[in-house]
Amino acid sequence: MAEEEVKLYGTWRSPYSRRVEIALKLKGVQHKYYEEDLTNKSPALLKYNPVHKKIPVLVHGEKVIAESHVILEYIDETWKGYNILPKDPCEKAKARFWARFIDEKCIPALKKACASIAEEREKAVEEACELLQLLEDELKHKKYFGGDCIGLVDIVANFISHWLKVVQEVVGVELLTIKKFPRLCEWSEHFVCHHAVKDCLPPKEKLLAVFHSHYGSATTSKC
Amino acid sequence: MAEENVVSLHGTWASPFSKCVELALKTKGIPFEFVEEDLRNKSPSLLKYNPVHKKVPVLVHNGKPIAESLVILEYIDETWKTGPKLLLEDPYKRAQVRFWAGYLQQHLFVTMSLVCKSDGEVQEKAIKELFEKLKTFEEGIKDLFPDGAPSIDCSNNLGLLDIVLCSQFGPHKVQEEVLGITTIDPEKNPLLFTWLKSLNELPLVKELTPPHEKLVAVLHFFRNYALKSSAA
Repeated sequence: MAEEEVKLYGTWRSPYSRRVEIALKLKGVQHKYYEEDLTNKSPALLKYNPVHKKIPVLVHGEKVIAESHVILEYIDETWKGYNILPKDPCEKAKARFWARFIDEKCIPALKKACASIAEEREKAVEEACELLQLLEDELKHKKYFGGDCIGLVDIVANFISHWLKVVQEVVGVELLTIKKFPRLCEWSEHFVCHHAVKDCLPPKEKLLAVFHSHYGSATTSKC
Repeated sequence: MAEENVVSLHGTWASPFSKCVELALKTKGIPFEFVEEDLRNKSPSLLKYNPVHKKVPVLVHNGKPIAESLVILEYIDETWKTGPKLLLEDPYKRAQVRFWAGYLQQHLFVTMSLVCKSDGEVQEKAIKELFEKLKTFEEGIKDLFPDGAPSIDCSNNLGLLDIVLCSQFGPHKVQEEVLGITTIDPEKNPLLFTWLKSLNELPLVKELTPPHEKLVAVLHFFRNYALKSSAA
């Protein structure tokens, strides 16, 4: 069953899509990758994810799985070997809790802080930093959120390790800094160099160009 | 690990997320203490156990807190190996359940809440969105029930998706009475309607569902409060 063909529909710039690539790499799963153009979604994507019409989508034989968290757990349960989630139920619950926190609270607040301008920016940055502080505290003195090895929370935090740095530079906002979050910064350095992660990061120059065009008009209209 | 079993659940009687966890614990036959929280005056315990979100439900198992209802449900299933399974073993079936549980909580329930706390054009738009999402759910769950309407036996063996669905949409008649619209229409959503009806008839679900009038009163209160806040 685990030997059936694996296909991943994603985009080069999506952190959600890249999460799945990291997980497949950790498990040593060969797959075929299909780059989607989200302005012109393929019939395959619309067929495989009619509910959300989004990437990533994993197709394993006849089975179709959407939503990055659901896909990550599917990958962990289907292919043995590397443990993306801890085995202990309590540790597993903690990992799921923090993964949800990152996606449901942290990332939206970070994006809001990056997109806001003028008077709203200060408040948005403050709120985002409060959430980053919770992650900083959770990391404690561990190398990774998963301990000595990367796990679910590290993978889901991929946005913070790479995309956030690029957006910060483009919009000129200070969110993840060594002064404010030394542990998160150190974690980020280790994470992006990890063998399963380093080839799953979009090239910085390409991302810079995309974010300049996305955020550029917003920042130049500051009053 | 489940041998020393001191389990308490911090929740509120009106919260569907609390209800999820209660149903899961009862389905598994796990004894627990229910701690009713006053969300306007949160207990020091709640703030200690869930400092990140300061919300219910929180399960405390042998002093260790677990928050977020779906996280709690999976924790319960993985920790107590005896009793009915909330999730099947097959990874793909688990993925399907997780996907739809997420859809119920993050999409359907959020839209339903918006319908409940808005009026005028905002509400009209939310209602339209609700019906579209209900249709998507109805179509989507057909894969889970290839033989048609789900047959829930009377053995109280609820699965994770049964639990999430009946906690959030079981009391749909309450919403219909307060809002004056039919949310779950047997003609538009026959599968969903039948499924909810079977769930609501289960002794365990009946036991844990507060009286209709109480739920109507609390929804009226919630709606009026929300409308006043948005008008202010």
